[in-house]
Amino acid sequence: MRHIISILLENEAGALSRVSGLFSARGYNIETLTVAPTEDPSLSRMTIVTIGSEDVIEQITKHLNRLIEVVKVVDLSEGAHIERELMLVKVRATGKERDEMKRMAEIFRGRIIDVTDKTYTIELTGDVAKLDAFIEAIDRALILETVRTGVSGIGRGERVLKV
Amino acid sequence: MPAQQEFTGAEIVVKCLQEEGIEHVFGYPGGAVLYIYDALFNQDKVKHILVRHEQAAVHAADAYSRSSEKIGVALVTSGPGLTNAVTGIATAYMDSIPMVVLSGQVPTHAIGLDAFQECDTVGITRPIVKHNFLVKDVKDLAATIKKAFYIAKTGRPGPVLVDIPKDVTAKKTIFAYPADVDMRSYKPVVKGHTGQIKKAVQMILGAKRPMIYTGGGVILANASKELTQFVDKLGYPCTNTLMGLGAYKATDKKFVGMPGMHGTYEANHAMQNCDVLVAIGARFDDRVIGNPADFARHQRQIIHIDVDPSSISKRVKVDVPIVGDVKDVLIEMLKLIDADAAKPDAKALADWWKQIEEWRSKDCLQYDRKSDKIKPQFVVEKLWEITKGDAFVTSDVGQHQMWAAQFYKFDAPRRWINSGGLGTMGFGLPAAMGVQMVHPDATVACITGEASIQMCIQELSTCKQYRLPVKVLNLNNGYLGMVRQWQQIEYGSRYSESYVDALPDFVKLAEAYGHVGMQITKPSDVEGAIREAIKLKDRCVFMDFLTDPKENVWPMVQAGKGLTSMLLSSEEL
Repeated sequence: MRHIISILLENEAGALSRVSGLFSARGYNIETLTVAPTEDPSLSRMTIVTIGSEDVIEQITKHLNRLIEVVKVVDLSEGAHIERELMLVKVRATGKERDEMKRMAEIFRGRIIDVTDKTYTIELTGDVAKLDAFIEAIDRALILETVRTGVSGIGRGERVLKV
Repeated sequence: MPAQQEFTGAEIVVKCLQEEGIEHVFGYPGGAVLYIYDALFNQDKVKHILVRHEQAAVHAADAYSRSSEKIGVALVTSGPGLTNAVTGIATAYMDSIPMVVLSGQVPTHAIGLDAFQECDTVGITRPIVKHNFLVKDVKDLAATIKKAFYIAKTGRPGPVLVDIPKDVTAKKTIFAYPADVDMRSYKPVVKGHTGQIKKAVQMILGAKRPMIYTGGGVILANASKELTQFVDKLGYPCTNTLMGLGAYKATDKKFVGMPGMHGTYEANHAMQNCDVLVAIGARFDDRVIGNPADFARHQRQIIHIDVDPSSISKRVKVDVPIVGDVKDVLIEMLKLIDADAAKPDAKALADWWKQIEEWRSKDCLQYDRKSDKIKPQFVVEKLWEITKGDAFVTSDVGQHQMWAAQFYKFDAPRRWINSGGLGTMGFGLPAAMGVQMVHPDATVACITGEASIQMCIQELSTCKQYRLPVKVLNLNNGYLGMVRQWQQIEYGSRYSESYVDALPDFVKLAEAYGHVGMQITKPSDVEGAIREAIKLKDRCVFMDFLTDPKENVWPMVQAGKGLTSMLLSSEEL
């Protein structure tokens, strides 16, 4: 099962490697990992997408909690939540494909944020499935480069992860 | 207002140790820690013990903690000093031993430039410490060391390392040791959940075939007294793991021996056939439960008390998990048992004990007492008799470790000092030094083998320098015994590289280090030799027992087999 784990941790040098080291040392899998400071700069918020059985996820959250610098851990996928990922795609955009690419970006509610006479760079935000769908929808041969941030997640409604 | 006095980082390190009440530090100097050694030189509260290899410093500090309620401290230099310490740190980590390691580091401006004797200490030790710190500012030094001690000894204990660059030890600041620690990210649970404890007590009182299984957690939590009350009040059978020996009296009838790969027949059968298993400070190690699928096939309810939630339901599914300090939870349980009108089912318990006695009558620890060769079990038994079970016993790793665990009946906690989790050969002798430092008048015996002892034999020199009267019992069978045993059983008797050729003359070697050496070749000389060694109260004595080279540790559960598929003797092979 795919799980989205949110972590609040001390924004200190080495904290990230403690988390990533835990996953590699215990053989857990990381699909994506994103991290950045919160509104309180002494704290970082990390989102990890991982795949594992219920037992494995239970062990992952327990071991994360055991790390001294980790303040809080929540399995977001246990409740209603929103997940978003940002993707930048640089595509070839010449001739009749130039209009077609613009139309596709609009359909997916993407934005063209850089233009040359041969390329567009498209910014797209959404859940993983939407970004995958965009990649599927355009001609693969036109893709020059893609960059994805990995998933960020947050609980719906009143559900908050805070110190 | 007069300016507050400033101290160098090195002086602050020493002041912190004094504030923590640390009397002994085990270490080895080097470039990056010279300021700290200079600060040690200028005071006499913290005594430094100079070892011969950093691994030994850490093992000694570790055993210092294991054998007392104090905290062991090791001090090593950067680069190779630290890498030599790694085995010792991992050993302590696997057994959850509270310990603080201070390591020197190259100056902050040189970090990352591949400086002389530089290594990424925090990176190398990250997976083998409870936590580690790199102190980049002398102003953070005292608070960091305070945190290190706090983290090491609270919650599930473990080693904590503080890496201190050389320039930080030279810079000056005012010294203020924090009175307490408050970390929003570290709040270990102490009190167990009341509802869970109630549920567990009802399950325990309703059991027909109960079994109490305890591990190193009981010893670490200083809960031996509470465990004893718990077992005695209930009259239930109790087993202690390799790490838990001594938590309950081994000479009591209710003690059914150690469980696991080399556990007793009765302990393993009771583990499998009980209806309620109470696991206390034990972690269902693979060496304890045998094949996990086979273990799970036996229907029983499991209560698991542990301070570390990640130990619960890791390898074995648990019915009633209780996260909390073992001592605290046992006290709560004792109160509830006293208050409860329900009493254990006497009839069912009598039947269960009858069954256990039947298993016990197999006498699974029997060995040939008429042999003309020295049986290693006999040496351990004699040591136990002569020391009246009151010695501190350290061991290395292998057959001798199992015989020590099986045949020395520990009646008190913190007397049995061994590397259970990591299984570190070379642990025994430096561990004995650490124990002897904290218990100068006690009998400290190191039960070892001719292979293990050579992994840290240089420490005989440290024993001489500090006049540590450690008694080494070398069960010399000429083989890497446990490797040979596995090769005999699992690898068609192909003894690949397990014969130790060209052994030194251990008697001369002991004498060369300034100690007493003895070689014992006949069973009839065993008792006399041990008595003589113990009489030499202030000498380190090395007893080289030439034991039966073909003796195996029985019983044995082969790797991958169920806990009750036990081999009881060579005849079953």
